[in-house]
Amino acid sequence: MSLQIENLEIRRNGAVMVALSCRVAPGEVLSIMGPSGCGKSTLLMALIGALPPGFSASGRILLDGHDITGLPTHQRRLGILFQDDILFPHLSVAGNLGFGLASGARDRDRLIADALAEAGLEGMGRRDPATLSGGERARVALMRTLLSEPRALLLDEPFSKLDTDRRARMREFVFQRARARDLPVVLVTHDRADAQAAGGPVLGVTGTAA
Amino acid sequence: MARAGLWAALTLLALPVLAGLAGVIGPAFGYLPALGGTGFGLDPWRGLLAWPGLAGALRLSLVTGLAATAVSLALTLLIVAAWQGTRSFAWVTRALAPLLALPHAAAAFGLAFLIAPSGWISRAFSPWATGWERPPDLLIVNDPWGLSLVAGLVVKEVPFLLLMTLAALPQADSLRSQMVARALGYGRVTGWLKTVAPRVYAQIRLPVYAVLAYSMSVVDVALILGPTRPPTLAVQILDWMNHPDLGMRFQAAAGALVQLMLVLAALVLWRGAERAVARLGGTWAAAGGRGTAADRVLRPLGAVGAIGIGLAVGLGLAGLLVWSLAGLWQFPALLPEIWTARHWIGQSAELRRVMVVSGLIALGAAVVALALAVAMLQARNGARAPYGLRLIYLPLIVPQIAFLPGLATLALVLGIDGTPLAVMAVHLVFVLPYVYLALADPWRAWDRRAGLSAAALGAPPARVLWAVRLPMLTRALCIALAVGFATSVAQYLPTLLIGAGRVSTVTTEAVALAASGNRRLIGVWAVMQMALPMAVFAACLALPALLFRNRQGMRIG
Repeated sequence: MSLQIENLEIRRNGAVMVALSCRVAPGEVLSIMGPSGCGKSTLLMALIGALPPGFSASGRILLDGHDITGLPTHQRRLGILFQDDILFPHLSVAGNLGFGLASGARDRDRLIADALAEAGLEGMGRRDPATLSGGERARVALMRTLLSEPRALLLDEPFSKLDTDRRARMREFVFQRARARDLPVVLVTHDRADAQAAGGPVLGVTGTAA
Repeated sequence: MARAGLWAALTLLALPVLAGLAGVIGPAFGYLPALGGTGFGLDPWRGLLAWPGLAGALRLSLVTGLAATAVSLALTLLIVAAWQGTRSFAWVTRALAPLLALPHAAAAFGLAFLIAPSGWISRAFSPWATGWERPPDLLIVNDPWGLSLVAGLVVKEVPFLLLMTLAALPQADSLRSQMVARALGYGRVTGWLKTVAPRVYAQIRLPVYAVLAYSMSVVDVALILGPTRPPTLAVQILDWMNHPDLGMRFQAAAGALVQLMLVLAALVLWRGAERAVARLGGTWAAAGGRGTAADRVLRPLGAVGAIGIGLAVGLGLAGLLVWSLAGLWQFPALLPEIWTARHWIGQSAELRRVMVVSGLIALGAAVVALALAVAMLQARNGARAPYGLRLIYLPLIVPQIAFLPGLATLALVLGIDGTPLAVMAVHLVFVLPYVYLALADPWRAWDRRAGLSAAALGAPPARVLWAVRLPMLTRALCIALAVGFATSVAQYLPTLLIGAGRVSTVTTEAVALAASGNRRLIGVWAVMQMALPMAVFAACLALPALLFRNRQGMRIG
């Protein structure tokens, strides 16, 4: 599996904000760094096909050699994690995990139980997500994304709201699982420690090394 | 598909109004083949001008409408300016929802019972302060100046404008502006009026216009509280519409056109006043007066206004309930000597029948309106609001009495008048705007990232809507449904005219009793009229709380 970005340009009112060409290999983490407002998050929105109004994009996005540029978000198979966990508040923890699982999946209960165990949350499936700690919620969000079997993982500063100690552990937790599944990862961050821990190439939104 | 829903909804809103207006223009000039009017002529206008009450009715409509709007707006702004950010203010905002669910007519009856010569206010001061041993012969309700009509309108319009203002406050950056003004040494009220009010007003302008148009042309409240000789123009038009001589419908149509012109003229007048106030206000704001002393008067004044409205509604409704259960109740006793359920029992069969009809019509209108509102909001997702969306205010600004007669005539010609389905359809025209307005803010405030997360997990748009967005907005959907239900229950004129007297709801039954003077019977029906939407409101608040009792993230505030 690999994620390839070909001559992607994102313009706002005609002015180019983001210009990027690169290939992210399976298990590799590409870190995109830059100050807030430079277009890092917009880049991820372009990758998942949800550019806000006022932006336009050109170029191609290839996943495992298939062009996904024209596909709607739900068919791209790109997992995304935001700064906040965005667990659905009306569903239980297991309900959130089940939402990620494909509807045809067999053995749903076992897959969900396994995911909970992997996140260190055994037996917490029936819990209200609002009663979990920040770190626990972040892990549920990751497991939910992984259960949807994405072909690549996009991370929009997902560690920035955790305290320093939890952040290092969560980072390790995410990168390990991405590597174990051979997923290419694009990490957007303004924290150099995140990028260093990722161990992959570090670029700015215009493709220059940062 | 959602786009189609948007246009379907806007058509639904605009078409009946335009068709109704068209249906008024023909008869106003003598053309209505169904009633034998085949040639054009000015006879309806001659008849209208020959009515001796015309000048008085026009003046009444204009003055009471403008007064009710000006007082409501001033009081609303004062309450917010004086009390925003305080604990009492938070309490006031919580009291708003039930006040909005209350039909105008029920509130008007409550007020009438309270201020009447034999009402609780006069009883509380008799005979020790007033010397009255029997109810005095004073024309307080239905006073010729329309003061009690204005009061009845203010009691209901202030909660509506307050709600609209609350929705506008975040966009007006009110808290920070107020803080800056306070730090510069401005008094609370003066600082708010000089910094926040202009931005807030720009946002609530259309609701204010709706209040003005409504107040000038309202029929049910005017029947209960308004003057009688002459009545307001709207009441007189209805009188002509209901005249046994169908030929009077031509004159009614001419009157409806005059009513429309009158409202348009008042709107133009109001717009001019807005400009003048803006210019003077700009000078006033730039002059730098801090107005700190004014707070000592204005803050209590705002509080008195808010509490006064709360008491007028609360005591009024309590009064209705007591009257409905009263046997012998002599003046000036505060409570009846004999209590009885006789009036309730006597009406029970009729109450049940009418309640089922009202409830079904209201439920149908509210559910359809909710579906259309969701389709409209879904259609404008992300994109800027199409300009056509302002059409949503059309049924609220064009006076009901101006286009419903035309619509009733069309319904008569098409042979669909007098059916519950036709009544439900015409209710929808007025229910949809309120449902849409109730849903729009929470819909926009929803975290878009929840939808993106769901889509990235592989959920197609329909699943995002049904499995994520709608469940997350359950509470807002329930409240919008309750608002729609209450709006439908409260409709008087559409029910009466399109129902052609063959479809009766709790509101038409209650208002029909207005002239009877039978306090006990009015009490029964007005309590019913208030209880029906209130019960649905309570259920709609309880349902999401029950469904999501184990989900902290679904609670608000």
